[in-house]
Amino acid sequence: MAIAAVLWGVAAYFALAVLAVATSRAPGASRLIYAGCIAVSLGILGVAAGELLGGPAVPSAITLPVGLPWIGAHFRLDALAAYFLIVVNLGAAGASLYALGYGQHETAPERVLPFYPAFLAGMNLVLVAADAFSFLVAWEFMSLSSWALVVSHHREPENTRAGTIYILMAMFGTLALLLAFGLLSGPTGAYAFDEIRGARHADWLPGLVLMLMLIGAGSKAGLAPLHVWLPLAHPAAPSHVSALMSGVMTKVAIYGFIRIVFDLLGPPAWWWSIPVIGLGAATAVLGVLYATVERDLKRLLAYSTVENVGIIFVGLGLALAFKANGMAGAAALALTAALLHVLNHSFFKSLLFFGSGAVLTATGERDIERLGGLIHPMPQTAFLVLGGCLAISALPPLNGFVSEWLLFQAVLLSPNLPQWGLKLIVPAAGAMLALGAALSAACFVRAFGIAFLGRPRSPQAAAARETDPVSRAAMGLLLAACLAAGILPGFIIDAMAPVVQAQIGAHMPEQSTNAWLSIVPIAESRSSYNGLLVFLFIALSALVAAEAIHRLASRALRRAPAWDCGYPEPSPAAQYTADSFSQPIRRVFGEFAFLAREKVDMPPPGDARPARLHVSTHDLIWDGLYAPLAGAIQFAANRLNVLQFMTIRQYLSLVFVALVALLFIIAIWP
Amino acid sequence: MALILDLAAQGAQMLLVLALAPLLLGFTRKVKARLLMRQGPPLLQPYRDLLRLTRKEVVLADNASWLFRAAPYMIFAATWVAAALVPSFAAGLTFSWAADVIAIIALLGSARMFLALVGMDVGTSFGGLGASREMMFASLAEPAMMMIVFTVALVAGSTQLSTIAEFMLTHGSLRVSLGLALAGLIIVTLAENSRIPVDNPATHLELTMVHEAMVLEYSGRHLAVIEMAAALKLLLYLSLIACIFLPWGIAAPGASPAAYAAGLVAYLAKLTAGAFLMVLFETSIAKMRIFRVPEFLGAALMLGLLGTLLLFVSRSF
Repeated sequence: MAIAAVLWGVAAYFALAVLAVATSRAPGASRLIYAGCIAVSLGILGVAAGELLGGPAVPSAITLPVGLPWIGAHFRLDALAAYFLIVVNLGAAGASLYALGYGQHETAPERVLPFYPAFLAGMNLVLVAADAFSFLVAWEFMSLSSWALVVSHHREPENTRAGTIYILMAMFGTLALLLAFGLLSGPTGAYAFDEIRGARHADWLPGLVLMLMLIGAGSKAGLAPLHVWLPLAHPAAPSHVSALMSGVMTKVAIYGFIRIVFDLLGPPAWWWSIPVIGLGAATAVLGVLYATVERDLKRLLAYSTVENVGIIFVGLGLALAFKANGMAGAAALALTAALLHVLNHSFFKSLLFFGSGAVLTATGERDIERLGGLIHPMPQTAFLVLGGCLAISALPPLNGFVSEWLLFQAVLLSPNLPQWGLKLIVPAAGAMLALGAALSAACFVRAFGIAFLGRPRSPQAAAARETDPVSRAAMGLLLAACLAAGILPGFIIDAMAPVVQAQIGAHMPEQSTNAWLSIVPIAESRSSYNGLLVFLFIALSALVAAEAIHRLASRALRRAPAWDCGYPEPSPAAQYTADSFSQPIRRVFGEFAFLAREKVDMPPPGDARPARLHVSTHDLIWDGLYAPLAGAIQFAANRLNVLQFMTIRQYLSLVFVALVALLFIIAIWP
Repeated sequence: MALILDLAAQGAQMLLVLALAPLLLGFTRKVKARLLMRQGPPLLQPYRDLLRLTRKEVVLADNASWLFRAAPYMIFAATWVAAALVPSFAAGLTFSWAADVIAIIALLGSARMFLALVGMDVGTSFGGLGASREMMFASLAEPAMMMIVFTVALVAGSTQLSTIAEFMLTHGSLRVSLGLALAGLIIVTLAENSRIPVDNPATHLELTMVHEAMVLEYSGRHLAVIEMAAALKLLLYLSLIACIFLPWGIAAPGASPAAYAAGLVAYLAKLTAGAFLMVLFETSIAKMRIFRVPEFLGAALMLGLLGTLLLFVSRSF
């Protein structure tokens, strides 16, 4: 039975965690644990793929006598769970393979090894949980184990701060989820998802649950304005864990959102889509703007995760809007685009985090201003990371483009929506998506160009060495996955048809039977895209051009100093820096996004003082939302502090007054 | 037989854009010179320039990487494929459905990404400057282009250029939204092809250059390939305007050779007119300060968004 196999896999992860506690200081322990994780993730992957592709129409379910005594723990493996199990375990297999090489450089393996399998177990368990109690326990377990990994290098003060903010936000998010499930289960305590699905809710309840889910799942996924923890926490963990948190854990949060909003809440109202689309579009643009001005390589990638989560939420919002208006075909298209982006993002974001880990190992630097020229000592890593940069910038023929293209096709179907609110917000969201895609290209030209091209800006960058072959193999497999998903998306779209069918009641037309393996969302005269042909055309044209040039043109080649208009400057400091690269974009978009202000201090002629450029930026969300909130909590805590220093008599009288007040309230309660 | 004819038409289209692109460049230079009361270089000068570049030796900067040597071919291939997918003399060619207009824009985005990256490869200040400004322009020009595409696609009910051309031929009428889209597309065309008022294609040794700054370190055959890609891009944008807004004369799918010939004549006439108008605009305006360009491109974005919004409000605009 499939669900039992998945649960055995989760048990194997737990066993690995226990084993890691016992052996983590032993030599070779990290290899053993990571190899075990690869085996388990591939096993679960196989089970989930079998269930999704050729599984029975009836999802396999099991109830274990653990958890709440009168309910037990329900687990269920349906198409949605199987799809996300594939995403999670593909990511886990990649990260574990990478860690076989990267984990050797870990200074404190005993702080990473035990929590790593536990974190994987937590994510898997969330996906198969089928009652509110198990779901919340698994969710919390996932949060706590990832928190332990975030603070694994706890001696760096930045990491402790990141850990504190992360755990606070995670608790806040779980609180919202707890309230959402409380509302759904009702006073009778019908915690199992099957009972929730069948229940009839009051009119006001689903809207409230949606808001709570936007907070609970949105904070975990990184939806603005709840994203603040993500760029702090994801980079703090070791790079393979960063890849898992950014590429995979945010997807578990998206699973939670889909499970509750699409599956459990019943038929949607049209206005639900407005906050989802609005927040998603704002998150996409805000995330990529932050990424474009960020100097820390891993934090830049984390901000880009925020952007991609925004894109996925726009897709989910469009699907809600279409579903509410009975446009099943369009809803299936939008949901397929969102789900495909979930898979695509897990591929290229893991690849890029692995690349940042390779750079970190080779140079010890995360600040791109201190890197440069890494393409010379690390040519293979540079090639693989370049592929990831092209994929995440939504450029054909790689996979990022396919999901964005499908999303644009869904946007083009939305003039048929009857509501005015949607007619106005959807084109704006489409423009934001296009802006996000263009900015993301700028962001990754900057990241790759400054870190890998040019001349080394620090001795560490000059002394870099190519990373180990296992890490390169992991990155190579992910790049191959990016290319495969980009040129043959039809097979993936067909495979996820049962997932979409279960949520929407319709699915996209079958794609793998189209001529030449094109993808055709509605009709060929309307729109079609063929990644395979585009790839073949580009490859052929490039080969023909290169061949023709080499046959016909002069093959003479001479190395010489750079030309640079006749004034080459030998110092690497004369190169463009990351900050100077993003200066035009900061000036165009940053003036209202970050209140960026530039002040030039130019000394008058004759004054020998150096000229200075001051740039001030503000994080508006932090300053406007979190700083006042933290201030209010601090204020209240200071005021209530007197409670800590009272005499026994005062405490006794306080208890007595509280008791009397409670009794009084009960007495007058109607 | 029909298949062979279709494939031949597709191949002819690929070779046609390749052959015409330098001529178009030569024509714009000639017209510009005549408008400035100069004699100007001969029409065929770009071909001679390209030929001479391919015969010269490549002088490669000391620390240029493998990317620097591979990228010209990638830039050329992406641009060539994109240019070959825009209907020129005939619509509905065999492979025209492989990529719609969104994919064509994204292909140009791929070429741009490689171009900006190689600008930074040697590690000179000019290269980084060009790359940074190019990406800033692109961050506005690309969404503007996407909104223009949305406007056109909502009118024609398709993002396939062949279907759009067919729709415009049969149901085309004067619409507010299409006017907005055309104005936006002209702005984007000027910006994307480094024309005045955004950039100056004739400039060198100036702090204002963008495209030239990125390719400053290239020489010999590499420069020839990149220059060819730039010429193809100009041809692509003019063909795009012609195909969407002036589709008259374009041959229908599976037409007779005579219709293809008529389509070719119409296409050449449209290119000539388009290039002439572009040069006329260029000579009558001064180059902008660099931070005026975002406002110029922002206008294109707003025009595109306005067109899309109008169509969301009512399909009849």
